[in-house]
Amino acid sequence: MALLSLWRLKSYLRPFTSVIVLSWIAAVVGIAAGLAIPLIGKEIIDGPIAAGDLAALTPLGLLALALGVVEAVMICLRRWLQGIAVFGVETALRDDIYAHLQRLPMSFHDEWQSGQLLSRATTDLGTIRRFFGFGALFLVMNVIQLVVVTILLLRLYWPLGLLVALAAVPIIVVSARFEKRYRVISRALQDRQGDLATHVEESALGIRTIKAFGRGGHVFSRYDGLAVVVRDTALEKVRLSSRFFTFLEIVPSVTLALVLLLGATAVGQGALTLGALVAFTTFVLQLVWPVSSLGFILAMGQEAITAADRVLEVLDTEPSIVGGTLVLDRPRGHLRFEGAGFRFPGADRPVLQDLWLEVRPGETVAVVGATGSGKTTLTSLVPRLLDVTSGRVSIDGHDVRDLTLPSLRSTVATAFEEATLFSMSVRENVTLGHRDATDADVREALEIAQATFAYDLPWGLDTRIGEQGMSLSGGQRQRLALARAVLGRPRVLVLDDTLSALDVETEALVEDALRGVLADATGIVVAHRASTVLLADRVALLDGGTITHVGTHRELLAGVPGYRALLAAEEVLS
Amino acid sequence: MTDWRGVAAENRDDLDDEANVLLRARSRRLLGDLLRPHRRAIGLLVALIVVSNAAGLSIPYLVKIGIDTGVPAGTRTLSMIVAAILGAAVTQALTRQAFLRFSGQIGQETLLELRRRLFEHFQRLSPAFHEKYTSGRVISRLTSDVEAIAELLEGGFDGLITAVLTLFGTAAMLLILDVHLGLVALAPFPALFLMTRWFRRASLTTYRRSREAVAAVIVHFVESMTGIRAAQTFRREPRNQEIFEELDERYRAANLAGMRLIAVFQPGVKLLGNLTVAAVLLYGGWLAVQGEVTVGVLAAFLLYLRQFYEPMQEISNFYNTLQSAGAALEKLSGVLEERPGVAEPLVPVALPAARGEVRFQDVRFHYHPDVPVLHRLDLVIPAGQIVAVVGATGAGKTTLAKLIARFYDPVTGRITLDGVDLRDLGEASLRRAVVMVTQENYLFGGSVADNIRFGRPSATTAEVEAAAAAVGVRGFVASLDGEAGKRGARMSAGQRQLVAFARVFLADPAVLILDEATSSLDVPSERLVQRALRTVLTGRTALIIAHRLSTVEIADRVLVIDDGRVVEDGPPGELIAASGRYAGLHQAWLESLT
Ligand SMILES: Nc1ncnc2c1ncn2[C@@H]1O[C@H](COP(=O)(O)OP(=O)(O)OP(=O)(O)O)[C@@H](O)[C@H]1O
Ligand SMILES: Nc1ncnc2c1ncn2[C@@H]1O[C@H](COP(=O)(O)OP(=O)(O)OP(=O)(O)O)[C@@H](O)[C@H]1O
Ligand SMILES: [Mg+2]
Ligand SMILES: [Mg+2]
Repeated sequence: MALLSLWRLKSYLRPFTSVIVLSWIAAVVGIAAGLAIPLIGKEIIDGPIAAGDLAALTPLGLLALALGVVEAVMICLRRWLQGIAVFGVETALRDDIYAHLQRLPMSFHDEWQSGQLLSRATTDLGTIRRFFGFGALFLVMNVIQLVVVTILLLRLYWPLGLLVALAAVPIIVVSARFEKRYRVISRALQDRQGDLATHVEESALGIRTIKAFGRGGHVFSRYDGLAVVVRDTALEKVRLSSRFFTFLEIVPSVTLALVLLLGATAVGQGALTLGALVAFTTFVLQLVWPVSSLGFILAMGQEAITAADRVLEVLDTEPSIVGGTLVLDRPRGHLRFEGAGFRFPGADRPVLQDLWLEVRPGETVAVVGATGSGKTTLTSLVPRLLDVTSGRVSIDGHDVRDLTLPSLRSTVATAFEEATLFSMSVRENVTLGHRDATDADVREALEIAQATFAYDLPWGLDTRIGEQGMSLSGGQRQRLALARAVLGRPRVLVLDDTLSALDVETEALVEDALRGVLADATGIVVAHRASTVLLADRVALLDGGTITHVGTHRELLAGVPGYRALLAAEEVLS
Repeated sequence: MTDWRGVAAENRDDLDDEANVLLRARSRRLLGDLLRPHRRAIGLLVALIVVSNAAGLSIPYLVKIGIDTGVPAGTRTLSMIVAAILGAAVTQALTRQAFLRFSGQIGQETLLELRRRLFEHFQRLSPAFHEKYTSGRVISRLTSDVEAIAELLEGGFDGLITAVLTLFGTAAMLLILDVHLGLVALAPFPALFLMTRWFRRASLTTYRRSREAVAAVIVHFVESMTGIRAAQTFRREPRNQEIFEELDERYRAANLAGMRLIAVFQPGVKLLGNLTVAAVLLYGGWLAVQGEVTVGVLAAFLLYLRQFYEPMQEISNFYNTLQSAGAALEKLSGVLEERPGVAEPLVPVALPAARGEVRFQDVRFHYHPDVPVLHRLDLVIPAGQIVAVVGATGAGKTTLAKLIARFYDPVTGRITLDGVDLRDLGEASLRRAVVMVTQENYLFGGSVADNIRFGRPSATTAEVEAAAAAVGVRGFVASLDGEAGKRGARMSAGQRQLVAFARVFLADPAVLILDEATSSLDVPSERLVQRALRTVLTGRTALIIAHRLSTVEIADRVLVIDDGRVVEDGPPGELIAASGRYAGLHQAWLESLT
C-alpha cells in the first residue's frame, strides 16, 4: 500500500497533536463560515428582496459580515498553527535523518553519494512538508466540502443534487489512473535530481583535478546530459498533469451547464424557486475550485509518497555496526586479531583471511604490504569502521563488538592515509570529538605532530582552514590529522601511512616525538618506507590477505625475499 | 553560535540598503536575461490565458443570463445558453491545457539554462573561490535555490497571469453589470494594494534569511557526510548533531517567520473579500428592494465576487513563491557576477603547439597579504627539461606548481609559457599545454576506465587499457569497467593514486607537473611508475615534486625550495657533490632507507 510510507511518518506528528487538532478545527469552522455566506445570499434574495422587507435585510447582511470575519480569522489561525506543526515535523525528520546517517557505517557511506542523501534531507522533506501542510488538509477539506455541498444540493433539490454527485464517478476513475503513472514519474524525477546533485558535488570537490586537466568541458557535458534528462522527465510530468488538471476543470463546468438546463426547467415547472436555483448554481460554482484543485493536491500527495519512500529507504537501513554494552574503564590496549577475516560485500574473495596478530600494551607493530594488500582494511577493523566477517578482533580480551562504540573509539585513535579535514577552525579540527581537550592538550598534540605552524596562521588556532583543509599544504594537512590522532594519548594508536607527505627532516622529527607517545601505547603503524618501519618494535608482513611473517625489520629483511622486495629495493641513483 | 567555524578573511552576508537596491536590480536583470529568449512564447502564453480566462469568466455571466432570461423564455433560449456554457467550458479547458504545457516547457527550458550557466560559472571560478565558498554552498545554489525558482516557474506564472487577468476582467464585468454596486465591490482595492506592499517588504528579509539558513544546513550536511569516517572514528557525532540541529533550527525559524507573514497576509485578503461580499449583499439587497437592480444581477455579482477573491488567494500564494524565488535569485545572480580570480583574457593568445618553456620573472606570491609564500622568484625552465622540486613541507612547492597551472596569478611579476604571459593565454591553450597531477588526487564516481579517460576523453579503449597497463592498474582491477565507487572508495589509497596517475599517460601536455604523485605507493609500484614515466616524459617539460628522492632520480635538474626561495639549483650530481642542502637531504634520505 502506497500510503503506508507516509503513514509511517505519523509518529513525527505526535508532538504536535493538539496544534494539529486545533488547526483542523479552525479549518472546519473557516470552511463552514465560508460555505454559509452564499446561503445567506439565498436567504436575502428569497426573503427580504422577494418580500421588499428592508428591516430584515440588515441583520442578514451583518451576519454575512460576521461570518466573513470569522472565516478570515480561522484561516489565519489555521495557517499559524499549521506552520508550527509542519516546520516542526520537517525539522525533526531532518535531524533524525542526519542522526541516522551518522550512525550508518562506512560501508553505507562508501556506496551512497552524498548528493542523493542530501536531496532526501532537503528536497524530499520539503515535498513531504508541503503535503502535510497544505495537501493533506486541503485533500480532506476539499472532500468534506464536496460531500457537504453535495448533501446541501441534494437537500435543496435532489434530482439536481444527484446529477452533481454522479459527476464524481469519472473523476474518481481518472484520478486512480493518473496516480499510478504520476508516482512513477515523480520518483524518476526525484532520483534524477539526486543524481544531478551528486554530480554537482563531485565537480565542486574535484575542481582542482578538473582544472589541472582542463576538463571543464568534459565535466560540463556530463552535467548537461543529466540536466537535460531532468528537464525531459519534468516535462513528461507536466504533460501528464496538464491533461489531468484540465479534465478536472471541465467536469464541474459541464455539470454547471446541465444544472442550469435542468434547473431552469424545474423552475419553469414550479418545482424550484428562482432563489433556490441561484443558490444551487452558486454552490456548484463553489465546487469548481475544490474539484480542480484536487488535481494538484493528488499530485502533491503522490510526490509526498515517493519522497517518503526515498526518505524511509535511508531511515530503514539498519546500522550494521552497533555498539555492545561493555565499557572499558581502564583499557590497557592489548590488541589481538584472532583469525580475523574480511570480505567486502559483493566481492568474490576476501581481502583478509585467518589473520592472527597480537600487539601488547606498549608495543608497536608495523604492518607492511603491497599497495592494495589490505593494510587499511586491517586497521579499519579495530575501531569498527568495518566489522570482521570471520574471526574476531579483541582488546584486553574483549571482542571489540562487545564494547560500546564510544568506549571502543575513545580507546583507539587512527590517523588516516588521507587527512580528512573540515572547513572549521584548526582547534575544532584537531579536537573533533574530544570536547574536553584543553589548550595544553592541543599544544602537546600539535607539538608531537610538528604542527605548530598552526599557531602562525593568520588567526592562530581559530583560523578556518579551507574545505578539506585546502588552504594548507599537503604535509600540513597530514600533520594536523596526526595531531588529532595523538591528542589525549589514546591507548591504541593506529597510523595508516601518515608520514607519506612529509620531507625527510620533518619526518625524523615527527618520528622522534611519536616514539614517546608509542612507548606507552599500543601502536599499529602502516608503512611503505623503511624509516617509518623503524618506529615499530616488530614488523608484520601482510601478504595474500594474511600475516605471513612477524619479526624485526632486520630479521625480515634478511630472511624474507618478499619483504626485501617491498622495502629495501629502492634503487639509488646518485 | 560557538566559534567552531573559525575565522576566515571575509564574511559576505551583511547587506546595507544600497546593496539591497543593487541586489534587486541584479536579480531582475538575471531573470530578464533568462526569459528574454522566450519573449514570443510568453506572448502566446498570455494570449492563451486571456482566452482561457475569458471563457472561464463568461460562465457565471452566462448563468446569469440563463437565470434572468432563459428561465422565463423557455427551452430554446435556454439550450442555446447551455450550449454556450459548454462551449466556454471546452474552450477554457483546451486553452488551459495548452497553457500548462507551454508554460511548463518554458519553465523547464529556463531552468535548464539557469543550471547550465551556474554550473559553467562555478567551473570557471578559481580554486581560491571554491576553497572559501565550499562545495556545500555550490550544491545549495544549484539545488535548493534553483528549486525555489523552479517552484515559481512551475506554478507562479500560472497563478499570477490568471489572477491579474481575472482581477481586471472581473472588475470590468462588475462595473458593466452595475456601476454603483461595482464601485462598492471595488472599494477595497487601495487596501489590497497597501497590504501587498507590506507583505513584499516584510517577506524580503525573511526569505533571504531562509535561503542563507538552508545553505548553512546543506554545507554542514555535505561536509559531515564527506568526512564521516573521521567523525565516527573520533566520536564527533554528538557535536555534529548539535551543530546540525542548531542550523536546522535556524532554518525552521526563518521558514516559520515566512509562514507567519502569509498567515496574516492571505486571510487579510480573504477578509477584504468577505467584507465586500457583505457590503454588496446589504447595498445590493437594498437596491433590489428598491427595484434598481434585478435579482439576476445580484446573483451574478455574488458569483463574480467569489471569482474575484479566489484568485486573490492565488496572488498571495504567488507572491510567496515569488519572494522566495527572489531571494534565491539574489544569491544566484550574486554568484554569476562573481569574477574568476584568474580571469580569462579579453583577447586570448592561442598557442596551438606549445614547446614548454616556462619562465618566472620576478614573481611574488601570497595567499594572505601578511604571509608571503614566494619571494621574488626568477626561474627559467627550458623546454624539455625535467626539474625536480624538493624542500621542506610548507616551503611553497605546490604553490609554485599551482602558479604554472594558473590556479592563481602571481601578485607581482609574470610567468610565461613559450614567452606568452599565462594571463594572456586562452584557457583552452593553457590547459592543453599544462597538466598537473595534484597532491590530493580525486576520483569521480563511475568506472575505473572513465576515471582514466578523464586524462583525454577522446581516448580509445585500447589507449585507456595501455595507460592502465603502463602504471600497473591492470594488476588490481578485474576489469576497467568495474566501478571505482564514490570518490574511488572501492580502491586502496595507492590504487587510487595509480588510477590518477594513469590519466597522465593519456593527456599529452607540453608541461607536466607531478605533485607528490607517488607518495602512497609501495616501492615496486613506484618503480613501475617511474619506468613508465621515462617514456612519457621524453620531449616534455616536467616539474616533479617529491619528498622521496627516488622519484627525483630521473631529473635533469633539482630546485631546492626553502621558505619560498630557491636556495639551490643545479643537476642532482653537482648538488650532491657540493654538500649543501640537497646533499644533506640526500644523505638523510639514504640513511632512511635502511
Ligand atoms: N569498498 C570496497 N569495496 C570493494 N573492494 C574494496 C573496497 N575498499 C577496498 N577494496 C579492495 O580491498 C583491497 C585492500 O584495500 P586496502 O585499502 O586495505 O589496501 P591497502 O593495503 O591499504 O593499500 P594501500 O597501500 O594502497 O593503501 C584492495 O584491493 C581494494 O581494491
Ligand atoms: N590556498 C591556500 N590559502 C592560504 N594559504 C595557503 C594555501 N595553500 C598553501 N598555503 C600556505 O602556503 C604555504 C606553502 O604551501 P605549499 O602547499 O606550497 O607547500 P608545499 O611546499 O607544497 O608543502 P608540502 O610538501 O607539505 O605539500 C604553506 O604555509 C601553506 O599553509
Ligand atoms: Mg591503505
Ligand atoms: Mg605540496
